[in-house]
Amino acid sequence: MTKESTSAKFPLVHPIEPLSPAASREESGQGVKDLLFGDLWEYAPAPESSEVSGARDHYGNFIEGQFEDGGERFASHNPATEELLFEVSTADEACVDRAVTAARRALPRWSGLPGVERGKFLYRLGRVIQERSRELAVCETLDNGKPIKESRDVDVPLAAAHFLYYAGWADKLTYAFPGAKVAPLGVVGQVIPWNFPLLMAAWKIAPALAAGNTVVLKPAPTTPWTASRLAEILQEIELPPGVVNIVHGADATGRALVGHSGLDKVSFTGSTEVGKEIQRKLAGTGTRLTLELGGKGANVIFEDAPLDQAVEGIVQGIYFNQGQVCCAGSRLLVQESVHDLVLAKLRQRVATLRVGDPMDKNTDVGALNSAEQRDKVQRLSEIGLQEGASMHQLACDLPEKGYFFAPTYFTEVSASHRIAREEIFGPVLTVQTFRTVKEAVDLANNTRYGLSAGVWSDKGSKLFQVAGAMRAGVVWGNSFNQFDPGSPFGGYQESGFGREGGRHGLRPYLEVRS
Amino acid sequence: MSDPQNPESPSQGRQPVAKTYKMFVGGQFVRSEGGKVLRQENSQGEFLANTVRASRKDLRDAVVGARKALGGWSGRGAFQRSQVMYRVCEVLESRRELFEQSLQRVAGMSREQAQQELDVAIDRWFWYSGWCDKFAQVSGSVNPVATPFFNFTLPEAVGVVALLPSARSPLAGLVSGLAPIVAVGNTAVVVVEQAPTLAVEFAEVIAASDFPGGVVQILTGQRKDLLETVGSHADVDAIQWFGSPGQESANLETLASDRVKRVHLHRDPEPEAWLEDSMQRLDWIDQCVEWKTAWHPRGI
Repeated sequence: MTKESTSAKFPLVHPIEPLSPAASREESGQGVKDLLFGDLWEYAPAPESSEVSGARDHYGNFIEGQFEDGGERFASHNPATEELLFEVSTADEACVDRAVTAARRALPRWSGLPGVERGKFLYRLGRVIQERSRELAVCETLDNGKPIKESRDVDVPLAAAHFLYYAGWADKLTYAFPGAKVAPLGVVGQVIPWNFPLLMAAWKIAPALAAGNTVVLKPAPTTPWTASRLAEILQEIELPPGVVNIVHGADATGRALVGHSGLDKVSFTGSTEVGKEIQRKLAGTGTRLTLELGGKGANVIFEDAPLDQAVEGIVQGIYFNQGQVCCAGSRLLVQESVHDLVLAKLRQRVATLRVGDPMDKNTDVGALNSAEQRDKVQRLSEIGLQEGASMHQLACDLPEKGYFFAPTYFTEVSASHRIAREEIFGPVLTVQTFRTVKEAVDLANNTRYGLSAGVWSDKGSKLFQVAGAMRAGVVWGNSFNQFDPGSPFGGYQESGFGREGGRHGLRPYLEVRS
Repeated sequence: MSDPQNPESPSQGRQPVAKTYKMFVGGQFVRSEGGKVLRQENSQGEFLANTVRASRKDLRDAVVGARKALGGWSGRGAFQRSQVMYRVCEVLESRRELFEQSLQRVAGMSREQAQQELDVAIDRWFWYSGWCDKFAQVSGSVNPVATPFFNFTLPEAVGVVALLPSARSPLAGLVSGLAPIVAVGNTAVVVVEQAPTLAVEFAEVIAASDFPGGVVQILTGQRKDLLETVGSHADVDAIQWFGSPGQESANLETLASDRVKRVHLHRDPEPEAWLEDSMQRLDWIDQCVEWKTAWHPRGI
């Protein structure tokens, strides 16, 4: 949505222009100092090279240690340029069945390995991801559209860290749950989304393998690349064939996998809608299930918060990965007394965001993952306007090709607005105000989700009190969107059940009998 | 006419006052909104009492009671919660005779069996009472993250938990299902089909201990009347189900998916198996919590 087209249609759109020093002085009434980036300097292009991606023309399904060539092919595109990257084989039911069978065959040997040996495989995997981090980051950005600085500094290092962390658990499982006996569950089917393709693969595979299970993983159809690169690495480290199998495709493949009777467990990360469908499908089957679903995270700013850091946290919370984050801080709740000041600071900070080529190392906000997702974000934004909210959008030139959407926030939002209730999964923030602590907590918890929340206050006692009152699985105090392999992650309510990361992340992959 | 409460007592012309078995909701003993009852017989097939056959509206009322009590119970200090729970053991001990007789009369147990079941029930409740303020220590964690953050994970109550308890072990089974739910701050809605009079007597123990009203609701009636409401009620957060997995549990799981409810199915073993230590399980507490991870930066 460009500034011109939307403004013409909707009088409530306020373009956020980069401030000149003169304009900045005019705004000083709010007591906000301009960062003076404005239009003083232009950035020189700083593109990362795509040469290291090591692209093939085609990736097959990865079954029993080998890529299979067959199957109907679908194309994977670069969402920032709409160019063809490569083709991928679709896994049909027979292919999914071969994958599950391979995983079953590999199970006795893998689960029977001494934990320390499984741990060394995981360790080697983490190390090779580190060694090949540059090419993996490039692949991730080309395939997903996220800024290279995020895939380079967040996705890939965290993915490696997950394998390294769980490597250390593989030989300590008996210490993980006091007084209990543990055993692997068996064959695990895992379905992951497109927003953090490699990282989600690591979140799923690492604890499953550490616990002695074997895996069939289905990456999202728009982001199959890094999982395929991971398969190449698995060959390189000589992981026993069948321990990890990777099948590609869209809904049909996903249904074939989660509905396969040969699975002992299903683990899904994705939308609440699909999560419910899977839960319904598995009803009565006895197959274990964990779900990591959608969210509508509240980011609560109290008047005694460190406001400059809070504004950084707001930006980190909603514009990180173009807002395509299940735990995004998509609802900003600001105490009324500091609303004007926070919004003035936010406006200024958003004006400095650089939107465009994800391969440019200076880019803050890249492309959304697909035309479909961009259209959804656009549609919900238009609904926000129709419902009477006021839209503030960064005025910037978006690339002609690719699925871009400029960073946006809405004011004049009420709790009943769809943009304040539905997960938008894009760079769109809603702003609401509150007066009392109770009102803040009630607003924050007024959602069917319960994945994440942020609380900003310099008063420790208040921070802990409010964090305790949040019905959310992850609460960031004076921070947002922090991740670590040792830190359990997962939701309350309709954001799913089960945890990933930390000791708690082992639990969903083990039979634990006290 | 002999005393239906106590067949051994001599009548001698005096009429005993028969007891009305009500349900326990929001800390009150209530009749059914629907007015239906079920005839209860003793193990010899003789009339014992009429018990309430809960309606769907009764279940919804019970959920309201449980939701109302949730904040207070989950917000209490864990130590205090444990003190309230221990108190149940004291009251149970003081009513040994009543429960021993009831177990013989309703479940057809021998005196020795009844005593053993009661011993296990009391000791098991005692075991879970102590977990109130220890579960977080044993199962929570401080997580050594790579960045300068203080990061910890603690359990919180999942919310309102519906319990469909064992049909084979009227007291030990009920206690084993209920104690892990309330120990970590949840409130419970229990639907009892088998031995309802005994469940109401247990509700009287809860009422006589220091539990705030609404932490435990005990409904009597038929599971089949209420399952759909249990599964689909938007304000039930989790379900602990005991039985033989089959059509009933599959329906429950299907209904629960609409709200991503947590459903845990457990096989209901033979009555003697309920007395074993292996039915005293920390993982049943684990099933009734949500894990919250909090991050806070460290620095000056």
